[in-house]
Amino acid sequence: MAAVIRFDRVSKRYPPGVDALSDVSFEVAEREMVLVSGHSGAGKSTLLKLIAAVEKSTGGAVLVGGQNVSGLARSALPYLRRRIGMVFQDQKLLFDRSVFENVMLPLSITGFPPREAAQRVRAALDKVGLSSREKALPVMLSGGEQQRLAIARAVVSRPNLLLADEPTAHLDAVTAADVARIFHEFHHVGVTVLIATYAGDLFPGARRLQLDHGKLLP
Amino acid sequence: MKAWLDHHRTAARLAMRRLTAAPVNSLLYLLAIGVALALPAGGQMLLANALNLAGTTSATPQISIFMAASAERGMTAEIESRLKQRNDLKRVQFLPREETLARMKTNPGLREVIEALPANPFPDAFVLTAADERPEAMEQLAVEFRQWPRVEHVQLDSAWVRRLDALLKLGRTAVLVLGALLGAGLIAISFSIIRMQILTHRAEIEVSRLLGATDSFIRRPFVYYGFLLGLGGGIVAWLLVGAAALWLRTPLGELVRLYDLTLVVQALDARDSAVLMAFAAGLGWLGAMISLRQYLGQN
Repeated sequence: MAAVIRFDRVSKRYPPGVDALSDVSFEVAEREMVLVSGHSGAGKSTLLKLIAAVEKSTGGAVLVGGQNVSGLARSALPYLRRRIGMVFQDQKLLFDRSVFENVMLPLSITGFPPREAAQRVRAALDKVGLSSREKALPVMLSGGEQQRLAIARAVVSRPNLLLADEPTAHLDAVTAADVARIFHEFHHVGVTVLIATYAGDLFPGARRLQLDHGKLLP
Repeated sequence: MKAWLDHHRTAARLAMRRLTAAPVNSLLYLLAIGVALALPAGGQMLLANALNLAGTTSATPQISIFMAASAERGMTAEIESRLKQRNDLKRVQFLPREETLARMKTNPGLREVIEALPANPFPDAFVLTAADERPEAMEQLAVEFRQWPRVEHVQLDSAWVRRLDALLKLGRTAVLVLGALLGAGLIAISFSIIRMQILTHRAEIEVSRLLGATDSFIRRPFVYYGFLLGLGGGIVAWLLVGAAALWLRTPLGELVRLYDLTLVVQALDARDSAVLMAFAAGLGWLGAMISLRQYLGQN
């Protein structure tokens, strides 16, 4: 099966010489669910950022769908990111817009016809159990609900690849399990899922990549 | 095509929403732009009215000859027949000093003054219309008449027309310079307002980028904002100039009536109004574009 993500001897060095990742190589196959675990500062977030070209590698090649994203022109980045659903560690919700409008944003960006877009937004909200809160502002939501909102926004454009950075951090055990279940559901319908987390036991059956001080443990 | 139109409609609606979300700020912005634009627009309004006034009054330039007060009647008759024999004059009108005195006495204000004088202060005079109305030709005639005996003073009406013409040219240059300066000022105002808007919406810009927004998608609502700001400022300027025109109508009308002219001050005409709006909206747009280019280029 074709690799959705391939890291080929990738390293990332931040000035003034801190190695966040060094000589990392791995592949993620289509429809796979992979966890990236490791201590805080092991390089998990950096690894995810390299895939979405939020950061650029300082060595090696990062291939997403066969395309080397480190070499992408600035003008090509939006089209790469549209193919990837991202759940950020700090969620990055827009607090002056309603739940509905937050989820609508990726579809507005791609120029989806408004009526069809609204249907998709409702479907995504339904999937994460937020249908009844679509008019609410994010501040009115609980921590778990905000995380589910972030997931709804990541999946509304139905990407084949879903990246999540610590999606269960700061959540109580019950809510965390609930969020983990949502990721499992997406995995079951054929989405490739890559999750950076230190709560590996929430995702049984997933392949695990272990990072330690920027190096991949065998 | 439809998606593109949808994008624009959404961006315009968003810009409008941002403008109305902070009404006090927006009103103050519009006032700042409006006042800046009202100066050159007001100048243009005054200039257009002056041109209009000049157009209705300078139709037939005339030459006036004033005889010396002591000139004998026979001498004056001699001059009159000389003038009437010439074929380079279209019309010769003789104004005897007695007639002038009688006419001036009909003005109640002047009457008392004139009656207090020991003798008739007015000289005999001729008002001439030349066949050739070009200023050079008329100047030449005046030079000739000045050498005639007992002619005290020859006045060319075309002189003030030329002076007015020069003044209007100066006025037009002033309006252009003012327009250029305040236009640059407007770009600067729009630049900084959009800069503040961008900083306010920084989170949104960052998130949109991470979700795959292109630069033009991010730019669009801000560009509309700048455009609307400029257009709104143009409307404010138009209203200010209109109010000034109404306000000036009575005093200016009275002033020019003293010169036997009539003037009803008009606000900006359709063409000038359209130019003002296009200029304002265009510069607002330009300021926004420069601001965005700078921000998006750096981040």
